[in-house]
Formats: sequence, C-alpha cells, structure tokens
Amino acid sequence: MIPADPSDAGRLDALDQPDVDWSPAGAPTLEPTVTATAVAARAGGRLLFTGLDATVTAGQFVAVLGPNGAGKSTFLRMLLGLHPLGGGSLLVLGQRPGRHNRDIGYLPQRRSFDAAVRIRGVDLVRLGVDGHRWGTPLPLVRRLLDRAGVEAERRRVQDVIARVGATGYAGRPIGEMSGGEQQRLLIAQALVRHPRLLILDEPLESLDLPNQQGVAGLLQRISADGVTVVIVAHDVNPILDYLDQVIYIVGGRALAGTPAEVITTDNLSRLYGAPVEVVRTPSGRLVVVGQPEAASFHADH
Amino acid sequence: MPTTEAWPGVLAAAPRLTWDLGRDVHLLLQYPFMRNAFVAGAVAGVMCGVIGWFAVLRGETYAAHTLANVAFPGASGAVYLGLAPLAGYFGFAVAGAGLIAWLSPPRPGARERHSATVGAIQALALALGFWFVSLYRGFLTSLSGFLFGSFLGVTRDDVAVLLITAIVALAVMAVIGRPLLFASVDPLVAEAAGVPVRAVSLAYLVLLGCAVAEASQFTGVLLVLALLVVPAATASALTARPSLGLALSVGLAVATVWAGLAAAYFTNRPVGFWVTSAGFVGYVLARGAAALRGRPRLRVAAA
Repeated sequence: MIPADPSDAGRLDALDQPDVDWSPAGAPTLEPTVTATAVAARAGGRLLFTGLDATVTAGQFVAVLGPNGAGKSTFLRMLLGLHPLGGGSLLVLGQRPGRHNRDIGYLPQRRSFDAAVRIRGVDLVRLGVDGHRWGTPLPLVRRLLDRAGVEAERRRVQDVIARVGATGYAGRPIGEMSGGEQQRLLIAQALVRHPRLLILDEPLESLDLPNQQGVAGLLQRISADGVTVVIVAHDVNPILDYLDQVIYIVGGRALAGTPAEVITTDNLSRLYGAPVEVVRTPSGRLVVVGQPEAASFHADH
Repeated sequence: MPTTEAWPGVLAAAPRLTWDLGRDVHLLLQYPFMRNAFVAGAVAGVMCGVIGWFAVLRGETYAAHTLANVAFPGASGAVYLGLAPLAGYFGFAVAGAGLIAWLSPPRPGARERHSATVGAIQALALALGFWFVSLYRGFLTSLSGFLFGSFLGVTRDDVAVLLITAIVALAVMAVIGRPLLFASVDPLVAEAAGVPVRAVSLAYLVLLGCAVAEASQFTGVLLVLALLVVPAATASALTARPSLGLALSVGLAVATVWAGLAAAYFTNRPVGFWVTSAGFVGYVLARGAAALRGRPRLRVAAA
C-alpha cells in the first residue's frame, strides 16, 4: 500500500483545473470500438464466463466489474488478442483482436515498479512511442542526423506527460516514485501513441483515495477527448459517476449496460448471490454497499 | 588457460611499480601475454559493460552467476578431453542459457526467473565441474585459475575468439536493444505492443552466456559478477538515463579489468582479487554519492 503523499494531493488540484485542453474533440462517432457477441472465456480448462454481449462505442468510459478471479483481466487480454476466445465472437476496432494493437494503449495489472528499476519516467513513456521497434537508438547520433524528428518526439513525450500532470517528476527514476506517480506515467506511456482504445487493468488499485479520484477524473477527461476507455475495477464507487457503460462479470455470468440499468439492488444481489444494496445519495450519486469486494477495500486501506 | 610455468619468467623480471608512469606502462606491456591480456580485457569489458547493464535492469544477476558456474564444467571438461578451454566455456555457458530458458521460462509479468530452478542448475554445474577436475588428477593446479581467475594464458588466438564473439554479440544486442529494454522494464505492455518477449529474453540469456564466458577468462567463474554486474550496478547507481548508464557501464568495466590486470602484474597477486576489489570500491563510492545526492528524493521509495 502506498501512503498518502501530500505533494501528490497538490498536483491533483492542478490536474483538476479545466485550463488544459480537455474539451471533447468533436462529437464521438457511433462506430463501435468493441463488439462482443456471446463471448465466453476459458482459462486452464476452466470456464470463466459465458454469454457476454456488449457494444462499446468510441469515446465511452466503460468499466468491467466483478470479484477477483471472475475473468475480468482475461477479458482484457482477449481484447488484445493475447488470450484465445473461449466462444462467441469479438471485434475490436472492426477487426479480430490483436490486429489493431498499435491503436490500443494497455496498462496491465501490477503493484508497482521495484526501487531497483533504474530508468527514468520519461524513458518509460518514450518506450510507448518506439519500444517495439528493432534497433538501439544512439541519442547523440540521432540528434546529429535527425534533429527535427528527435525534437518532435521529445515534444510529443513532454505533451503527454503534461497531459497526465507528471511534468514535475518525470525525470526521476520510476522505482523511486509513489504508486500514484507511477500510475500517471504508465497512463502517459499508453497514451503517447494516441490510441483509439485505452485498456487499463485495475488502474486504481493500491492508490489512496485522493489519487483514485485524480486518476479516475483523468481517465474521464481522456474518454471525453474521444478515446474509448475500458477499465477493470473491483470497487465501482470511485468511478461510478463517470461511467457510460458497465460490464459485470460474476459467477460465470456477464451483464452489460448503462450504470443505471445494470447497477441496481436486484441485479447485483442476483449476480453476487448475496445481498447488495445500491443507494442514491442526496446529491444524486449512486453508491454500492454490501458488495464483498467493496467492504474489503475499505478495510484494507 | 593459466599455466603456473609462465610465472618464473615474470618473476625474474620482478616488475616494480615506480613513480615514472611511462616506465610503468613499458614494464606492464613488455610481454606479449600482457599485451594480449589488455586487449582481451578491453574486449571483455565492453561486452560485459553492455550486457551486464541489462542484467542489472532485468534482475538476472543470479542467472549470470549460474551461467558462470555452468561454464566451469565446460572448461574443466574441455581440458580433460584435451580441447581448448575457451570452447568449453562458450559451449557450456550457451547451453546453460538454453537450459535455464527451457526449465524456467519468464512468467508473465514477473521480472526474475524462478530462483529455485536456477539454483538447482547451479549446484549441478559446480558438482559436474569438480567431477571433471577429479577425473584429471594432474590438473588441480589450475583449478584456482578456473575458479578465481588468471590472465597468463591469453594467447593471440584467444584474443581473436573473444573479439569475434564480442562483435557478433554486440551486433545482436544492437538489433534487439530497444525491444529488450521494453521487455525488461514492462514485459506485459511490451507483449501487447508486439514485442516477442520470450524470444528476446532467450536471445538475451544466450548473450549473457557469451559475456560470462568472456569475463571468466579474467575473473574466474566464481568472480564473474565483478566484471558483469559491479560496473553496471555502479553505473545504474549514478544515472537512470539508459544511454548514459550503458556508456558508463562500459567505461567502468574496461577501467576495472585494466586496473585489475595492472595491479595483479605489479603485486604478483591473483587478478580476480584486484578486479573484484577495484569494482567494489567504485560501487561503494557510487552508492555513497547517490545517497548524498538523492537524499530528499528517497523519501517516497522508503515509504
């Protein structure tokens, strides 16, 4: 667990300022980013879930929810073509999974970088630009041969770092940063190629509450810019306000729809097989109570 | 490889260190075997500096040490069979890399290989090496050379083999460098971006085997980390910039092996000791400097 870092909280305020270009880039098109029809997932010979039907359109902010081991991460890896389809059909950016990974930013589930990883945040972000390309860049030689290209790449990296609010610490070794700082730089790395789809596995895990809200707000603004954002979470509350769609995977079944449709006391109690209550606060926010994962979340932190 | 018979000639000259640097260098390079050792040391230093930097980044120093121990039965077995020890070093180190990769493939998301598997291979390798030594009774005199390093037997042919291996290895490294960096830092994201993570990791492990074989010529199989890991760890403590870190690592490795050779020549003490000591002093100084410079920054990491 990463304890609250007061300097982080200061940056969160800066992040929430609307002066950065967060305005939606035109009206989102209706071309579906993900089309899932009766998708089933298997892992190690075991059936994880069946019957997942969902259509995600461009610029939507979608959460895949459910308890540990339900198959949420497996579904994300299926979207990337890294895990075989267990049944049904799945289209990602109009093609079968794995074909368009250059247009997809991916943030796998992780705890954090070890302090022994001696590489700067900015180097990590730059790997998002060209890390998959063969060869070894020699900075001095490149600067002589292609000054404009190096400068353009540098600006692109600086821009995306500024966009996630990490300019102040991107030059430090990644292993020395707090969990929230690492998470922002990893999001920057995923964003640097201007993906059409951003897939994040538990981006809020191991973050304290202010950092959870900061990262959730950042993701919401990214989706408002027209990037489809699909995240896995096991606590829905920090992001519930921002979501366009939720996909619940519990006990081998899957249910997709808008939060208002899916997140109801009846649906969740039926999915979990345990009493779950959905409450609307006086300010109009939805809150999920009694869900086992949410309870353990509050006990952990 | 080391032959103690070469010593009398050296001892007769009784090289003494003086304040006259030109004279010292002349003394140092008056024998062909020393000139060979310096050239071979530079070659091994460049190779170990580059490949060792990635070993430190990837947390594969234990695999490096194990590959060195795998090279030991290679060298002793080659001598027993009347072959060139160098062939044994390279053959076994590369085969060991394949064995480690096969028994302990990189797990998704994990940075280090399974240490128990690597440890099992290491124990077997040492035992096998000692078995070959016991088969060849008259050979025990050079056992310490295999284990702790020597430089007296480096011939022109050896230099050529080391040089060609290093050129090929560094050429492969130049091709896989950037994806290897990506796969080392962030294997899951690299995989999603289309990097063949397993193939790149295997290629790296084979290169690590080659670097180990080169380093063992000077440090012996037990002190390989002195040349492969210590300069790279020193460089990593000083900078987190990949290009600068690699350059520093190479410079430190060459400086370490040259300093060790010179010290061994003038003191008539094992080169492995001097290389290791020189490297360790540099590492301690670098960690001290990093601690002084980065004190306020370490707050987050310590929390």
